[in-house]
Order: sequence, then structure tokens, then C-alpha cells
Amino acid sequence: MKRFVILWRHQLWQMMISPSTYIAAFLFLAFMAVLYILALVDLSVSASDVSPLSRFLSLFWVPVLFMVPLLTMRSIAEERRMGTLATLMTTPVTAWQVVLAKFLACYFFYVLLWCMTLFFPLIAKMYMQNGIDQAGLLQIPQLLSGYGFIFISGAMYVAIGIFASSMTRTTLVAGMLSFCMLFFAIVGAGMISKLTLPDDGFAMLLSTSTDYLHTFRHLEDFSNCLLDTRPFFLYISTTFVLLAITSLVTEAKNS
Amino acid sequence: MEEISQDVPNSVIVRRLTKTYGAVKALNNVSFRIGKGEIVGFLGPNGAGKSTTMRILSGLMPASSGSVYICGVSVATRPDMARKHIGFMPENNPLPEDLRVSEYLKFRARIKDVPSSEIDKRVNEAMEICQLQHKASSKIIGNLSKGFRQRVGIADSILARPEVIIMDEPTIGLDPHQIIAIRELINSLRGKMSVIISSHILPEIELMCDRVMIINQGSIVASGTSESLRKDFISKDKYEVSLRCAPEEFGGIIANLGNDLQIEKSAQSQDGYYNYVLSTSQTRGDLGALLVRELSMDTRFALREVAYKKPSLEEIFMSATRRSWEQISKNIYTKSGSTSEIESSNGGAK
Repeated sequence: MKRFVILWRHQLWQMMISPSTYIAAFLFLAFMAVLYILALVDLSVSASDVSPLSRFLSLFWVPVLFMVPLLTMRSIAEERRMGTLATLMTTPVTAWQVVLAKFLACYFFYVLLWCMTLFFPLIAKMYMQNGIDQAGLLQIPQLLSGYGFIFISGAMYVAIGIFASSMTRTTLVAGMLSFCMLFFAIVGAGMISKLTLPDDGFAMLLSTSTDYLHTFRHLEDFSNCLLDTRPFFLYISTTFVLLAITSLVTEAKNS
Repeated sequence: MEEISQDVPNSVIVRRLTKTYGAVKALNNVSFRIGKGEIVGFLGPNGAGKSTTMRILSGLMPASSGSVYICGVSVATRPDMARKHIGFMPENNPLPEDLRVSEYLKFRARIKDVPSSEIDKRVNEAMEICQLQHKASSKIIGNLSKGFRQRVGIADSILARPEVIIMDEPTIGLDPHQIIAIRELINSLRGKMSVIISSHILPEIELMCDRVMIINQGSIVASGTSESLRKDFISKDKYEVSLRCAPEEFGGIIANLGNDLQIEKSAQSQDGYYNYVLSTSQTRGDLGALLVRELSMDTRFALREVAYKKPSLEEIFMSATRRSWEQISKNIYTKSGSTSEIESSNGGAK
């Protein structure tokens, strides 16, 4: 445990001093600010049942596709290319500790960046004193459940990024691999569910599976404060499975 | 389960180590021991298996078969315990580019279980030994010269005061001043830590190491002190002679001296002197007096120099690897011969 904490703190420090972290943070926050402003503009133009926060969170996947690869692509690929991973593995640490420390460091930044977007509704509230409650800018239960979804699904997305980084020595390839895997993880189930299939047993099975994996349906449920244990189980279990595979890959590729 | 070996006085015990990559045998039944405080040089041509051996010793790579014990702990069954006894400096010495030297060394000390109260002391001590204290301690590693980077790698390997230090090419790319500094540093570790050094710079190995191991084609082909290896692998004495005598005449004089003396090399210098390398099948090293006496009798020769030429480690290395190649070729020839014999007998049966 002590070694894991040392590794985690070291990873955090390395991320803090890395320019790519700040580039990812800037791009993410700038993009999210634009999305939030657009959500407010939409609300001012036409009346809608959907709150600006729901509109804003429904586009969470766009920045995730860029931010997660930027945050995670260097983590293992770069260290393997430089040879520093091999040097690290000659100390009494395990591959699992290394992978978990890298994952939690990236996840910490992911959560931190999303937490920064909480300032958007707060700033909006500061400047729009009238009719805030009616506009639904700061509905606390919706805010908590919506961000809860972002944080829980984010664990899986960051784990995908770390896994992609362990597959190659090239940072760019790791980034592209991560982008493709994330795209499939977020949009894949939705795309499959739109396919027209003959009404048989296989189609039923596929429909049940895609319902279970449908990211946007999970987001919708969470945004409506409908908490279901199945998405929790899906995201957390997939995260652990991916991290376990990553640690095996890291160990195997290092030898 | 054999986790703790009883042979504690040896820091490193390697038994019948084999590593295969598909059909290729990178290491073939390699066995050796390294005593406490001993400095051992590991030599071999490219692809001989040096780095593979070092990576297995440091727990980075599993062996296909065989066992490795570091301070009595099995690397295969207790890699985390074994790594506590090792300081490893890999080839090319990879370091994180964006950290400061002191920052990096403190992280390495923490991860190597150095007690918190001692971290600053140990880091300062390692930087002092490697002469990093004044110039480089607060510099970013990415901005350091090759020599300073090597020193950071060495400081890291001695930081936790391990019993065994493994260094893969520690002097590669260094200037002569830096090589001397690192040689002195490694010499200062003698008796305190067991050090395994792999290098292509053979005179360096001879100067630094108590013992030399030569590996070729995945097998140890020679092991011992440089003196014992000279006896084992060098079958000729050599003498350097410098005098004014043309090779035609000198050949006759040498033949008359007996002792199987022969001219191996000859070259004329600009001042009119001829420089010869003489060889003899005897290995007593006592023909110097005879050569001086006989060659100084004729004043025309103006004898300038007679010197016994000590065989270099390079010659031992060449001889040992050549011998192993000959052995391999012989084995292949024997095998193919016996195969063709079998084939021909089968053909006869048909």
C-alpha cells in the first residue's frame, strides 16, 4: 500500500509538470464552456422541458473522446518507449501497483476537470439573478446524479485509455487506439441498436445486450435521478477487468 | 518449494539458467556464482546473452528454466524480495526527462523502501559519491550531459545500499575523465557490494574487475581472473623488439636463437628502426634477457627496446570466443555427420 501511494503521488506530480495535461485541461474547459453557453442560448431562444445542465451533460462524450486519450496516452506507452518502465520494474513494485497508480492519477485529473465545469452553472447563477430556479440552472439532485454518471462512466473510459497505452510504445498510436475504443464504447451500443435485424432469438439477445450497454440511456436515467445498480456494476466491473488485463500486458511486454 | 538457498556467502547464485525465444536459445545452461563484495565483468559479443542474463538477474524477465538466487532469495518465486537486494542500471540508462535529479533520486529512495528519516541523507550521500551534489542536483534530467546522466543512473543503483549492483554498459559514451571517475567509484564499492558490470571496453573491465566472465552464444566460455584466463587461453608469449635490422637478416638471427621464436609482425618506423612482434610457443615469459643479450652484441643493430608483451583481455576474449565457435562448429559437423550416417544407413536398408 505504501509503495502504491508513493507511485500515485509520483504519477500525479509527473502529470502536474507535463504540458500535455494543461493542454488537455485548457481544450476541455474551453470546449465545455462553449457547450454550456450554447445550452443557455438555446434556452433563451425557445422554451424547453430539458434543463441546460441536461443539454450540457448530454454532449459529455465529445470532450471525453479527446480528453481521455490526451490524459492517458503517455502513461504507459511513453514510459515503455523511454525504458523508464523497465527501470521502475526493477524496484520492489508490482505491475498491478504501477497500473493502478497511473489509472488513479489520470482519473483524479479527469474528475478534477469535470468538477471545474461546476463553476459554469455557478457563474451563470451569479450573472442571471432572475428566474434561476425556473430555468433549472442549479437543480442539485440532477446535478449530483448527472455528475455521478460522468464520474462512474469516466472510470471505465480512463481504464480504456490506460489499456490502449499499454498496447503500444508509440504515444500517437496509443492516442488513436484509445479514441477508437472510446468511440465504440460510447456510441457502439447505440449504433447497433439502430440496425434493423430479423425478429429472432439472436436479435432479442442483441437488443437486450445493447440496452444494457447503451451509454446514452444510462445518462438519461441518471439525469432524471433514476439510479440503477446495473450501470454501476457495468462500469466498475469493466474498469477492474481492463486494469487487470493492462497489468498483465504491462508485465508480459516488459519481460 | 525452494525459496531460500542455504548458500548465503554468495550474493548471486545462478544454476543452469536457460532462456529460449521460440526456437532460439539465448541462454543455455548458464551457471555461476558471485561472492560478497566481488566485482565481476561480464563480456561477450553482441547477441551473446549478456543483457538477457542481466535482465533475468534483476527480475525483469523470467527464465525458461534454471534458478537465480540473489542474497539467498529466489528471483523466480520471490521477485519483490529479490529486487530489494538489487540496484540495476540498465543499458542506455533510461531516466525521466522532466524531473530534477534530487526529485528523481528521492522518489527512487522511497520506492526502494529507504526509511523516510534517511531519505535525504542517502540521496545526498549518493549524489556526493557520484559528484552530482554541486553542479547537477537541482537540474532537470533532460538537460544533463551524457556523463551526468550516467552518474544519476549509478547514484540510483547505490541509493538503497543494495548487496548486488548490476550495471549494463556503465561507461558507454563517456569521456576519459568521466570513465576514470566512474572506475574510481566502482573501485570504492569493492568489498562492500557485489557488482556485475557488462562492457565492451575490455581494458576497463580488466582495471575494474576481480573476475571476468566471457559469454558467447548463450554459454559461459571462460571465467576467472585475467591472469588465470591468460594461462588458459593464451598459448604464446609475445615480445616487442625495436632495432635497426631488416626482416631478412633478423629472421635468420631469431631462428638461431631457438625457443621456437618467430616474427609475427614487422613494421619500419620513419627513424629507420624496425619494430617487431616476436612470438614463441613457450609461456614462461623469461626470454627477455636472452633477447637483450644476443641482440645487443652486434652494435649495428642499435637495439632500442625489448619488452614482454602481456596478452590483453581483448586477446583472451578473442581466443575464448573463437574456441567456443570452433566447438559449436565441431558439434554441428559431428551432428550433421551422424545424421548423414543414419540417413545413408537407412538408404542402405531400403
